Amino acid sequence: MNPPALKRTPLFDAHRRAQARLVDFGGWEMPLHYGSQIEEHHRVRRAAGVFDVSHMLAIDLAGSEARTFLGLLLANDVAKLAVPGKALYSCMLNQDGGVLDDLIVYWRGEDRFRMVVNAGTADKDLAWIERQRDRLASGVGLQPRRDLAMLAVQGPQARERVWQVRPPLRAQSEALPAFQAREQGPLFVARTGYTGEDGLEVMVPAADAAALWNDLLGAGVAPCGLGARDTLRLEAGMNLYGQDMDESTTPFEAGLGWTVALAGTRDFIGRAALAQRTPRWNLLGLVLRSRGVLRSHQPVRGARGAGEITSGTFSPTLGCSIALARLPTAAMPGEMVEVQVRDRWLPVQVVNYPFVRRGKSLLPD
Amino acid sequence: MTVPADLKYAESHEWARLEADGTVSVGITDHAQDRLGDLVFVEAPKVGQTVAKGKECGVVESVKAAADLYAPVSGEVVAVNQELAGNPEKINQDAYAAWMFRVRPSNPAELNALLDAGGYQKVVAADQH
Repeated sequence: MNPPALKRTPLFDAHRRAQARLVDFGGWEMPLHYGSQIEEHHRVRRAAGVFDVSHMLAIDLAGSEARTFLGLLLANDVAKLAVPGKALYSCMLNQDGGVLDDLIVYWRGEDRFRMVVNAGTADKDLAWIERQRDRLASGVGLQPRRDLAMLAVQGPQARERVWQVRPPLRAQSEALPAFQAREQGPLFVARTGYTGEDGLEVMVPAADAAALWNDLLGAGVAPCGLGARDTLRLEAGMNLYGQDMDESTTPFEAGLGWTVALAGTRDFIGRAALAQRTPRWNLLGLVLRSRGVLRSHQPVRGARGAGEITSGTFSPTLGCSIALARLPTAAMPGEMVEVQVRDRWLPVQVVNYPFVRRGKSLLPD
Repeated sequence: MTVPADLKYAESHEWARLEADGTVSVGITDHAQDRLGDLVFVEAPKVGQTVAKGKECGVVESVKAAADLYAPVSGEVVAVNQELAGNPEKINQDAYAAWMFRVRPSNPAELNALLDAGGYQKVVAADQH
């Protein structure tokens, strides 16, 4: 039996031309790096880098019941989307309060919304959303937008580079506040990202993706792959679905309690179950100040009890290893615990996250 | 992948070079650095330490994985490349210039038992997956 071929985005040929090291990421053939993931990381923190994120899925919703439907579907409250273009970060829960995915939803004005979901969960999410729509709000239209490509341009110079290669976008998006979007025809531009830096995420018709990519590279924006994406997001304290949380964990066990809007009486899928579940752990940061690299699944032990790392890596900006870990709920930032790295238990400090902001360390001295 | 003809190789992806003064310089191959990705830590053996052919004598760690270093020949470590501690990326940039440590070999015949470039190329070919 032959496994199905890996999926490719509209930028696959561009990645090959840029000498990408390609890997299987959730069934997609994606660039891990283009030479050095650490160099790419530094380019994003210091200047500008571009990521192909076309493997993620935009799903458009429309209809007079769309807002109410999203109010039932998502743990965060779309009532907060009071201005067209505004974005909301939310978990989508199952009936047990477990996280099906984390996503961003935009209000596009009137009765139109756009959700952006993770690549590895896109099929599962779409099937779930369709089932809930059929059950709760059958008039809502759903359209997965596989016709769109998505580029994330990130870094202190990112927005300038985008405007340099697409001058009409400057007027469109210069005044755009963080976490908001603007549209013009098929072009959708949002001041969002997964790196902790300023920047824009741009959705374009698939046929226009390569030209935009090439123009950005021509303007000096560095192509960046999944390796840099992971070190950047972890420094910025952003969760990765499937690693930091999954269907068996609640948002409160994943450091995402702040995204669950419990004020008022809004019912949403999973709300009742959350009220019945006591968090088994908290997600906190760890820093290893000596040599070594923290990695997923390494055991943690300490005075408060045992835990486990969910995501770990070497932080290029900090020059040491950092991690997110499930720790006993009594664990406090500042305490020391130990992590089993290969065959030794190494001392690490419990810290809050994010670890880096605007390219500077947030760690306690 | 470069495999210089004038070096000897271990199947565990270390290279060895006999120097004019009879010591043997050791590093990891271009194939090894490529497989590991960006290196972030290098733990070489210490000066004065005795290493044994085929036995672990250090660690190289990249963002994605850690790998043990194996001594290709036995002997006493007489020098360690201090540059690499703070700049492990030099190994990624030029694996054959970035010697990691030097050994005064206790058994010079061991060098001949290592693979030549052709033999190591076969190891690399088998390792591509």
